[in-house]
Amino acid sequence: MGLKLRRKVAVIGAGLTKFMRRALETGRELSFYAARQALDSAGLRFNDIESVVISTAPDAFDGVHMKTEWLADGCGSFHRPYLRGYVGGGSGVFALIQGWYMVASGMFDTCLVVAEEKMSSCQPHPQGAFNTIFDHTLERDLGVNLLWIFALEMNRYMQVHKLSLEEIALVSVKNKKNALDHPSAQIPKAVTVEEVLASEVMAWPVHRLMVSPTTDGAGAVVMASEDVARRVCEKPVWVEGVGWCLDSAFWTNRDLYYPDYVEKAAKMAYEMAGITDPRREIHIAEPYDPFAYKELHHLEGLGLADRGQAPKLLAKGFFDRDGDLPSCPSGGLLGVGNPIAAAGIMKCCELFWQLRGEAGKRQVSRPVKRGVAQAWGDLMQVGTVIVLGV
Amino acid sequence: MKDVFIIGVGVVPARPLSPDVSYRELIFEAATKAYEDAGITNKDVETFVAASEDFNEGVSIFDEYVPDQIGAVLKPVHTIGGDGLMALAAAYLQIATGGFRIAFVESHSKLSNLLTPEHIEEFALDPIYFRNTRLDPKFLAGLDMQSYMARSFAPCDAFANVVCAHRKNAMKNPVAGYPASLTPEDVLATKPVATPLLDGMCAKPADGACCVILANRDVAEACKRAVAVDGIAFYTAEPHPDTWKWGCATYAELCAKKAYKMAGIESPENEVDLVEADDRFPHKFFEHLEALRLSKPFEAYKDFANGKFSKKGQVPANLSGGHLGIGMMHEATCLYQLAFAVKQLRGEAGEAQLGKVDCAVVQSWRGLPTQTGALAVLRRWG
Repeated sequence: MGLKLRRKVAVIGAGLTKFMRRALETGRELSFYAARQALDSAGLRFNDIESVVISTAPDAFDGVHMKTEWLADGCGSFHRPYLRGYVGGGSGVFALIQGWYMVASGMFDTCLVVAEEKMSSCQPHPQGAFNTIFDHTLERDLGVNLLWIFALEMNRYMQVHKLSLEEIALVSVKNKKNALDHPSAQIPKAVTVEEVLASEVMAWPVHRLMVSPTTDGAGAVVMASEDVARRVCEKPVWVEGVGWCLDSAFWTNRDLYYPDYVEKAAKMAYEMAGITDPRREIHIAEPYDPFAYKELHHLEGLGLADRGQAPKLLAKGFFDRDGDLPSCPSGGLLGVGNPIAAAGIMKCCELFWQLRGEAGKRQVSRPVKRGVAQAWGDLMQVGTVIVLGV
Repeated sequence: MKDVFIIGVGVVPARPLSPDVSYRELIFEAATKAYEDAGITNKDVETFVAASEDFNEGVSIFDEYVPDQIGAVLKPVHTIGGDGLMALAAAYLQIATGGFRIAFVESHSKLSNLLTPEHIEEFALDPIYFRNTRLDPKFLAGLDMQSYMARSFAPCDAFANVVCAHRKNAMKNPVAGYPASLTPEDVLATKPVATPLLDGMCAKPADGACCVILANRDVAEACKRAVAVDGIAFYTAEPHPDTWKWGCATYAELCAKKAYKMAGIESPENEVDLVEADDRFPHKFFEHLEALRLSKPFEAYKDFANGKFSKKGQVPANLSGGHLGIGMMHEATCLYQLAFAVKQLRGEAGEAQLGKVDCAVVQSWRGLPTQTGALAVLRRWG
């Protein structure tokens, strides 16, 4: 980036539905509930909103072509402009990046950002839909699913850094425990490393309790220009930096032990935020954790730990809620749930609440002025990063 | 104030079938042409936007397959689930933040891979209220056309004339996939799709790819052939058919209001030199012209018959051939029309060239069963 940005943008409201396995509500209804909460939290009404961003991952989950057209009125896009930005699993955090550029452009003063996912509509299991993300000529007929390729990546990460399963399992223990304090959480639980390792092996070395669940849910935030934010909000949370990066679709040609795309996205966001030493200047992190090893992988990509060192820091309590750099104090995807795009927004909502001191029992003990949220997706290929601060 | 400019376009000739190339090869060709047209390389681009829909691609999370063939590996790339003009708007907004100098927009079509495209469209209908009717979504177009006819008293041959004119226009557009010399009788003799809509009135699918490169003022000033994006807008009107306002295009009205205001256009009939509107059905073309305030409500068909939208008329429309003449490529056709407008503004449209073109309007619609569209106002610059 490196150019002078025209406008500051703030997050002024956030809302989240309960994350659950089989919601009775339609996707439109889930979107409405989250949008309504976010508006209430900002003290605004639908009529105050000038633009909308709708985020959702594959259309195949809901089985609806051009899904955001279907979701549009539930998200407040009735006689309003909306855009659907799309980077697979990275879409939830990217939705805020898109909300940022909608407002930062000067074209809109307010933007309602809504993310929805209803994975339970996909029968018998969303892994069937995930098979269709693979190359139709080279890979799909192998019957691959996400568990298999992430097992490959986890294996590579463990092999390069000589990590043990116990070190990885600690992520599940931490996040599921943190989620006990989250009112939206789907699978919070006090578990031990032994219980994690005793759970079913899905695809070696991935164990069931190292995997986030399939989830239905929605999240939303309200974003506004500086003028509006200062007028209507006592505690705006500012977008200090954004970054996103997409790697090659030929994932088999990459060394999977390190997420270069996350590093590049983080550098873009840090440069915009003026951050030169992220380990000192970032006080709280919400890295994407659909699998236990991914939180560690991403902490390294975000520059919050040296390569291969995140597991050591985790074992020392560095990333605990009362640690030096709380990571996933929300409970993350492993504890709160993983409605793909909505999971990314959940992470941004957590930063919003933590930075405003409104996270209740989840509030971290250290004073926090700046946090980073990150999501990831596609064929182990995309990183989306946002830095929020007060 | 002019902040965002088009500095390059690249178009692959549209054709009904392309068994010899993959979508990646189509995109690569369009991207290469766009880079050459702009006089830059992929290394100069700071952000990339693509437009595509998973179900049309037969791939979930299709954005995965975008970066390699456009030279965007390990760069900021995202996809817009919308049409090409909406992707253009996303690129425009990013440059307008002040944070980016050059943005790249990609859209393509490989519709020949779809064996039953009507079934894909069916999946866009509400799964609870509409899909179980098992109707081809074109019934919505038929109802809409019926409504337009009832309110305008337009005769059937008015719609057939649009098809003939646009496919004839396509004969002068070297990248059009469906140029033809037809008579209204040829069109009216085709089978009904959803009465009064006939098969010959529906734009036919094509394969192709189009890329557009946008830049900020600093970059554009160094470029001799930049075209200014003076106004841009995208709107959704009533998302579901149960709340549609039939026989008109509210989304296009909303877009026109915003984009004209940005561009300082008060009297579009007198200020716009060329319009490229979505015409995948002829009645939608009329609805769009009316929404753009180029005709009074329900009078576009009369203006069309009087030659107002012909090459020598007051507001030449769809000289590219539009969807009917270029081919229906979902997200991509509007960018073909945009590229055609850019060439007109640069005086490079060959046989189709009007005299001096100062201002062009390009309008898009996401197609059935949506009420979403976008609009761009382009102006000669420099």
